[in-house]
Amino acid sequence: MSAKSHSLVMLRRNTKHITRNPTSVFNAVLMPIVIMLMFVYMFGDAFDVGVDYIDYATPGLMLLAICYGLGSTATAVNADMTKGIINRFKVMDVSRGAVLTGHVVASVLTNLVAIAALVGVAFLLGFDPHASAAQWFGVVGVVVLLAFAAGWFTVALGLSAKSPETAGLAAVPLVMLPFFSSAIVPAEKMGPGLRQFAEYQPFTPIIETLRGLINGTPATGDVIPALAWCVVIALIGYLWARSTFTKRA
Amino acid sequence: MTNSAIVVSGLRKAYKDKVVLDGIDFEVRAGSVFSMLGPNGAGKTTTVNVLTTLMKADGGTVRVAGHDLATEAKAVRAAIGVTGQFAAVDELLTGQENLQLMVDLSRVRAKDGKQIVGGLLERFELTEAAQKPASTYSGGMRRKLDLAMTLVGNPKIIFLDEPTTGLDPRSRHTMWAIIRDLVADGVTIFLTTQYLEEADQLADQVAVLDGGRLVANGTPDDLKRQIPGTHIRLRFTSAAELDAAARVLPDATREPEALALRVPSDGGTKSLRALLDRLDEYSLSAEECSVHTPDLDDVFLALTGHTTEAAK
Repeated sequence: MSAKSHSLVMLRRNTKHITRNPTSVFNAVLMPIVIMLMFVYMFGDAFDVGVDYIDYATPGLMLLAICYGLGSTATAVNADMTKGIINRFKVMDVSRGAVLTGHVVASVLTNLVAIAALVGVAFLLGFDPHASAAQWFGVVGVVVLLAFAAGWFTVALGLSAKSPETAGLAAVPLVMLPFFSSAIVPAEKMGPGLRQFAEYQPFTPIIETLRGLINGTPATGDVIPALAWCVVIALIGYLWARSTFTKRA
Repeated sequence: MTNSAIVVSGLRKAYKDKVVLDGIDFEVRAGSVFSMLGPNGAGKTTTVNVLTTLMKADGGTVRVAGHDLATEAKAVRAAIGVTGQFAAVDELLTGQENLQLMVDLSRVRAKDGKQIVGGLLERFELTEAAQKPASTYSGGMRRKLDLAMTLVGNPKIIFLDEPTTGLDPRSRHTMWAIIRDLVADGVTIFLTTQYLEEADQLADQVAVLDGGRLVANGTPDDLKRQIPGTHIRLRFTSAAELDAAARVLPDATREPEALALRVPSDGGTKSLRALLDRLDEYSLSAEECSVHTPDLDDVFLALTGHTTEAAK
């Protein structure tokens, strides 16, 4: 049996888990939509961002949707580790990375479903993008890359945590990070300190890249740091996950 | 390849500066049951983890199913099955899905898979619960499902790490019957346990692990010869009474601090009456009288000079 088919078996297992766990579906898919409705209807008029608020917020909320899905990935990975399932796979003649790959791919797929739902609702709220077909491909590419990078990082967090509860908690900073970026309001509107943080944290260039692509005006100055951040996060996550997986028994 | 399923020599393992396994050697004959007996923290699970490729040893050589653990871990994994101390079943999947998952991950051909799953469900009396999520299973059912999952790939050597800890007596006996069936099919079993009775019931060979060393290794009968047999314990109120009783019961062993005497006996009513009659004859009476059969504590007391509690 190849590593690929083992990964597929694991992916099927993870998707079954997700569909049987209503909390994870709620967190991953519904929560971003709730937040979108909240910001657009309740606070939207209070922010002056120069364009329609829904057009400003949607790219940021896409990123938020990715992050919201991560909590349940971290918990699921940790449960596998602490409940002995991973040890069961490790003593079988099963490709070593398959169980982790399964989690990452399931996490990416959940993110894509969540983002599709979110963008659908955004259109209902009057979202008016100006991207060309090629730029839409770019949007999907950036989303998948980020989801993949964040997925590996979250798997590493989940493997390292002592219990499923602390694993969920470890993912909270990832969920909070988009709020301190240009996702909801432009960085230049923030107070000193916070503003510098928002400008230099990884999510801001990623959001600005998505925003540029969706508006049909991508800026190289954002795209390069965005891609670099994704690669760095993916690499750290992957190496960290691999070494924890090998060490912990 | 010899007739040994597992050959361990000079196995050492330490966590940081804490030595867990301090050079252990043993051999397990193919098709037999080898039981490793020891209290919590003796190093049983560490031994299982090393032998099943989960952990790397710090020293020594291990061959499992004829393959060197250090260089042929993949071949070892293909030959073994492991059921750990905690039932490693997927709680969100049903019993059937759990078994199907093992089929999908093993070398079993897909068309045989269905039959294997059905057969195992039946053999472990899980057919009725097959469509329910494993999270609804009782402790005994989970252990059975866990073991059924281990059997999917037809492993030649099965490691069972405390398979009956925490089970009620009925489930424990079911588990024993299952283990006996496996042995009858020619499977080699490596079993760890805290229960002397379990080792006695199942094992061809018993090794006692204490503080990272094997303090005994032999057949259950060998082991029992080394430990005090069934005896009657008499406790007295004063040293004078103890002395007087010790004079009329020459076989007895004294426990001066406890003011007690241990009198060897078969535990039957006849020998008990004879003992009491003899005490009566000399107008002696004990404060307390109890019959003892050897347990793990006695094994440890005899072999290591301390009890299981002190070994922790």
